[in-house]
Amino acid sequence: MSNESWLILGATSSMARAFARAVAERGAMVLLAGRDMADLEHVAADCRLRGARGAAALAFDARKPKGFEALIDRLCAEAGTLNVAVFVGSMPEQSEIDADPALLARTVEQNFTGPATLLHRLAPQLAQRGSGTIVGVGSVAGDRGRLGNYVYGAAKAGFATYLSGLRNRLGREGVHVMTVKPGFVDTAMTWGIEGMFLVASPDQVARDIHRGVRKRRNVLYTPFFWMGIMGIIRTIPEALFKRLKI
Amino acid sequence: MRARHQTSHGWGRVLHAEEEVLRPERQAMLERLVAKDPAPAVGNRRSYGDAALNSGGRVIDMTRLDRCLSFDAGTGVLEVEAGTTMGDLLALCAPLGWMPPVLPGTGEATVGGCIANDVHGKNHHGAGSFGQHVLSLTLLGKDGARQVTPGETPDLFRATLGGLGQTGVILSARLQLVPCKGEMVRVRERRMDGIAEFLSAFDASRASYSVGWIDATAQGDALGRGILEEGEVIAGDAPPPGRTRRVPVALPPLLVSAPAVRLFNALYLRRVPEAGRDRERPLADFFFPLDRLHDWNLVYGKKGFHQFQCVLPEGEEQALTPMLERIAESGLASPLAVLKRLGPGRAGMMSFPMAGMTLAVDFPNRPEAEALAMELEWMAVEAGGRIYLAKDTLSDPDLMARMYPEAGEFARIVTEADPKGHFQTDLVRRLKLRDPR
Repeated sequence: MSNESWLILGATSSMARAFARAVAERGAMVLLAGRDMADLEHVAADCRLRGARGAAALAFDARKPKGFEALIDRLCAEAGTLNVAVFVGSMPEQSEIDADPALLARTVEQNFTGPATLLHRLAPQLAQRGSGTIVGVGSVAGDRGRLGNYVYGAAKAGFATYLSGLRNRLGREGVHVMTVKPGFVDTAMTWGIEGMFLVASPDQVARDIHRGVRKRRNVLYTPFFWMGIMGIIRTIPEALFKRLKI
Repeated sequence: MRARHQTSHGWGRVLHAEEEVLRPERQAMLERLVAKDPAPAVGNRRSYGDAALNSGGRVIDMTRLDRCLSFDAGTGVLEVEAGTTMGDLLALCAPLGWMPPVLPGTGEATVGGCIANDVHGKNHHGAGSFGQHVLSLTLLGKDGARQVTPGETPDLFRATLGGLGQTGVILSARLQLVPCKGEMVRVRERRMDGIAEFLSAFDASRASYSVGWIDATAQGDALGRGILEEGEVIAGDAPPPGRTRRVPVALPPLLVSAPAVRLFNALYLRRVPEAGRDRERPLADFFFPLDRLHDWNLVYGKKGFHQFQCVLPEGEEQALTPMLERIAESGLASPLAVLKRLGPGRAGMMSFPMAGMTLAVDFPNRPEAEALAMELEWMAVEAGGRIYLAKDTLSDPDLMARMYPEAGEFARIVTEADPKGHFQTDLVRRLKLRDPR
């Protein structure tokens, strides 16, 4: 049986649930953190039945850093390898943010500063144990500021840069940090939006992430072809890009 | 919550609907949705016709509510959300020594769908229908959630099992699982030379699981020939599942043309040696043989197909002969033709099973197929049988009361549970299942 423990932030999202199942099947302890406690209890029950050594539902709100200590203490109470996977995030419509600029700060908090603050507090503890993995789920939207969702993209870009720095810092301490950049995934976030293509299932993405953790990948595009797509999009000169609607 | 506008279709791809689909991922989202704006629930849409369609309206996709909520390893009582698939349940429970008591022919069917259609499996003659193993369920209506049990709310329970989602949204259910010896099935396959041998073999069979494949193109002395499969679950670990293949696009209907089907069937029959054979197969391969070919319904081409499935009551099995003759003459049969003995078990007013023989045949969607299916339906009705509403695309509202004697009572209870008709689907409107009779 595995001696891993996973703290999963944003554990009611379909991608996080699929990932929680994947680690539960390998016998890990799963600590499921989010806001809908009733739903987290359902995820926990499901994980226990699927082979988790243990599962617990914990309260977490990316915008309330006061609650972070309790989560960190709970994770550090576990013996063995400690791991964290950050699936939190929200993507308000760009038009909503344009109408209410206060939403900008909230979007950045949800997608970047909230989870980064928690990771920053946890980092010394992981470094002390000298093992473990941090998985941070960003988005391909963070690779280039686009007309349709550049505030969300900017927050994800900030998070990706933070993770890159954290990788640099913790890599020398034996802790691995993996940045995940999913393309379009069939979740509540994308459901019903027109113009989606090459949409991956949450299970497919969760399997990719799980494999990436084992192979200690640094940056993982999932599905893999998004690396190519974003490679092309990144090379478009700004003079041309500013006229495009993609 | 954002809705997705889409053209949905039944599994047979003959009937379509323009719909708005909502897909809640948590129970709280579903509860808010049903309280505000109730709509029929759908799962993986394995009903062949329009049971899961709501033209011009909204439906709630339940597939993201797929968690196992509790399990008692001592008693085998499992509580699951309605969007859990049967394939997932089987894969999850078998290593723990338990399995679902009834499994339909596809693992993609959801628990909610199995309840709403009171499905049967290859063990119906012994184990009865799926609904007979449902201990209780949680039903959501505009007024909130309620527990439905066979003991305390028998009328509502019997209108919900096989009730095509008309009493409300099935949120979760407690199921009684059965012990499972292992992850393998010992399958005995024998060739049957004709319908008479088939029927007596079913009579003599003592196997827990049995199902017949019929060569529906065979005529004359060979009428009703096929292969009888009898299975018992045995100890053993299953090898890791093989790759599923996908039919990428609707194929040209050449593959289901009469000569191609005759050739395929003749070869398929000869796969089993004359003396029969014993094989050991993983659970999922035995129970869900077609799931290895994802989207197999596209083999029938763009126009889709009809599945005709009827049951003939005990003592009326001789009516199978003229039916099989008509099918063979028509040249419309596909390789998918199944014969099976059913027991009397059924859980609801609109449940399909009755003690007797059931026949299921697929027909590519050509104009002659509709006339043939209706002719077969009449033959079944004349013999005192009925057709399976989960498969139907063609039936006639006037036949409902003859086939389903409790249709009037069903309409009454459903109208009481959902007076405004929020949960109506295309099937219910087409067959007037809510009209007083």
